[in-house]
Amino acid sequence: MIPELGHFALIAALVVAILQAAVPALGVVRRDRRLMAVAGSAAQTQFALIFAAYLCLSYAFVTRDWSVAYVAANSHSDLPLVYRATAVWGAHEGSMLLWMLMLSGWSAAVSVFNRRLPPDLVATALAVLGALSIGFLLFILLTSNPFDLNFPVPEDGRDLNPLLQDPGFVIHPPMLYMGYVGFSVAFAFAIAALISGRLDAAWARWTRPWTTTAWLFLTCGITLGSWWAYNELGWGGWWFWDPVENASFMPWLVGTALIHSLAVTEKRDQMKAWTVLLAILAFALSLLGTFLVRSGVLVSVHAFATDPARGVFILTFLAIVLGIAFTLYAWRAPKFVSQADFALFSREGLLLLNNVFLVVAATAVLLGTLYPLVIDALNAGKVSVGPPYFNAVFIPLTAPLAVLVGFASAVGWKRAKAREVWKRMRAPAAIAVVLGLALPWLLGHPTKLVAIAGGMLALWVIVTALQEIVRRVRARRDRLQGLTQIPRAVWGMTIAHLGLGVWVLGISFVSLYSVEKDVRLGPGQAATLSGYDFLFQGTEPRRGPNYDADHGTVEVRRDGRTVATLTPEKRLYHATGQLMTESSVDHNALRDLYVALGEPIDKNNAAGDWALRVYYKPMMRLVWWGGFIMAFGGLVAASDRRYRLAKLREAATSGAEAAA
Amino acid sequence: MRLRYVVPALVLVGLVVLFAAGLKRDPREVPSPLIGKPAPAFSLAVLGHPEQPYTIADLKGRAVLVNFFASWCAACRVEHPFLMRLAGQGVEIIGIDYKDSDADGAAWLARHGNPYRTVVADPQGAMGLDWGVYGAPETYVLDAAGTIVYKQIGPLGEEVWRDKVAPLLGAGP
Repeated sequence: MIPELGHFALIAALVVAILQAAVPALGVVRRDRRLMAVAGSAAQTQFALIFAAYLCLSYAFVTRDWSVAYVAANSHSDLPLVYRATAVWGAHEGSMLLWMLMLSGWSAAVSVFNRRLPPDLVATALAVLGALSIGFLLFILLTSNPFDLNFPVPEDGRDLNPLLQDPGFVIHPPMLYMGYVGFSVAFAFAIAALISGRLDAAWARWTRPWTTTAWLFLTCGITLGSWWAYNELGWGGWWFWDPVENASFMPWLVGTALIHSLAVTEKRDQMKAWTVLLAILAFALSLLGTFLVRSGVLVSVHAFATDPARGVFILTFLAIVLGIAFTLYAWRAPKFVSQADFALFSREGLLLLNNVFLVVAATAVLLGTLYPLVIDALNAGKVSVGPPYFNAVFIPLTAPLAVLVGFASAVGWKRAKAREVWKRMRAPAAIAVVLGLALPWLLGHPTKLVAIAGGMLALWVIVTALQEIVRRVRARRDRLQGLTQIPRAVWGMTIAHLGLGVWVLGISFVSLYSVEKDVRLGPGQAATLSGYDFLFQGTEPRRGPNYDADHGTVEVRRDGRTVATLTPEKRLYHATGQLMTESSVDHNALRDLYVALGEPIDKNNAAGDWALRVYYKPMMRLVWWGGFIMAFGGLVAASDRRYRLAKLREAATSGAEAAA
Repeated sequence: MRLRYVVPALVLVGLVVLFAAGLKRDPREVPSPLIGKPAPAFSLAVLGHPEQPYTIADLKGRAVLVNFFASWCAACRVEHPFLMRLAGQGVEIIGIDYKDSDADGAAWLARHGNPYRTVVADPQGAMGLDWGVYGAPETYVLDAAGTIVYKQIGPLGEEVWRDKVAPLLGAGP
């Protein structure tokens, strides 16, 4: 009964989505306020319906309803409750439902929080979001219905993929989808601007908090994904340049560019056509990511069950949505030319450079991701593009970005004076150079040129970010007042840039100074790595809720003192028969110690020697902290009062215009 | 309409064409170097009958499917019902119990059903090594001369059977 209700709710949501797309569009054409007003209530109704469908599916999971094919394929009677609830997005059908829930959630949020915007703009944007909903709902109902029934009903489920039974996975996909789908709002606003022909500073101000919010979720999602892979995949890696990772990284790069170009559009009323293009592209890349992940055109570790029918559907959808968007762009964007002059040495000039680097980086990632597909299409063989390409292309493109970030607050809008900038920048530059040179030595690492360069860049970013706060505090006589008067937008930017610095520092050190070793150890034997002794104390059998494990204990000592006790496991999941490596990590800000259990040397003697992998990874945590700090900066920036106040003011003026 | 504003639309067209072409292909399809070559020789015994040898000579004389499976292999369980159906239609499948103990293999077949005309035990995986098996299940199609004409990595399904394998056998449903 409950699954049928869920299915019905999805069909009802489709009907509402059609209304949400058609009625307000008609209203905009006829300038009929009442028809436009339908958009908001339709968006909220649609959200309620999808939420109901989502609850139905969750209910089926929690109550172990094996009559639902999707539940039977991705759950098991022994699966703990938390994973039964999150198994909803453990495979394709359910994650599309989660995706839809997010899309309708964002639409409902637009309808609630933007009531004071010009009604035709909101109506157009919501109609665009409604049209996107139609596409995704049709996709779910026609090719990926999570409520499809099973007959005969199996005795038990086939269990959730053990890789996904991890806390990191519980929050990673929802965050990622919030980000992907969040860019649909910027997209919808961009289309609305193209249709109405109105694109001004006010438009940029409306779009900014939405974009920043989507971006911060995407940032969290990517960071969590990296953390999850590190913990769960058991080979100590945290980024693989896998097509699916790239699919999330490309919208992030373009979304970052969009945040910065929106600033220029808001403050200087420039780069307008470019900003609109980025808004379309950020969402286009999100759609492209969906296509790549779910159509099976590329080989990836993220093995979703692939189905050619799904690929054809998404490709058609993508072609229609983006075809319309880019045609509109080609037709209307030439109108958005600004007259103001543009100096390269100014904040807008540097932001333009920032955009160029970010977009070129995104293009490089796209090329690397699609290259195997192109080669295959040309019948030239099968290739795969690996980390060497991406690292070779990506690092030279991002290093200049880190340099630019340092100038973020020192260079003013319109036209900056080189001498003043130099006066402000020389102290941070000196600190960065000296500390950067000293850092590997201070931490006891051998001196490497690349590490020094990376350290300098990171410190430059961090010091200049801190300098901005210090400068603003000093500018006031009352220091405390100076601190509290800093606008949240400035805090947000500073925190995000600080996060970037931390991230660069982490990446530089972890990529250059990581040490790993494959060792064979019997109980009581030890291996030494970077001054740490890893003392293997053997394994003991343990029983989990739905798996059996060999539970190992490794004591880590330094200079005879115990610094950590690590407990890696090798698990055999009953239902799927899959072996999983559960690594164990001890961490602080400066280093991670990571142990993964391999195989027992003699298959039948778990009490004998084992193959182990041990890693020493300096500053590993900083990579993720950097990501989370960036996301936190986004959160602070998006909550700036200015957006709320500006909305009120905007409403007052547009109301006055309408009256006149 | 100025030209540079049209660029995104043109790029999109190019990408859509590329993807449409890509959808027709299977990126996981790795051509086996053994296709078109005679199947490597082996000398093993029938499962449960160590005294009864089974060699390459026993595979010749008619087109045949050689399926590598194991009791420890989850994907084999997925493939199994389809093999049962093929067997029911009279398709001859030779099973190679790959890197498995005889007892486990026999128990697995007893529980789920046996789609194989003959089951050969390859407990050390020696034959699998010579034949280039990545992991179970894998299915080789041999013609009457004992030449490998097709190789399927992963479970055999309806679509692959219909499009690729059945035409090679010159028969099928």
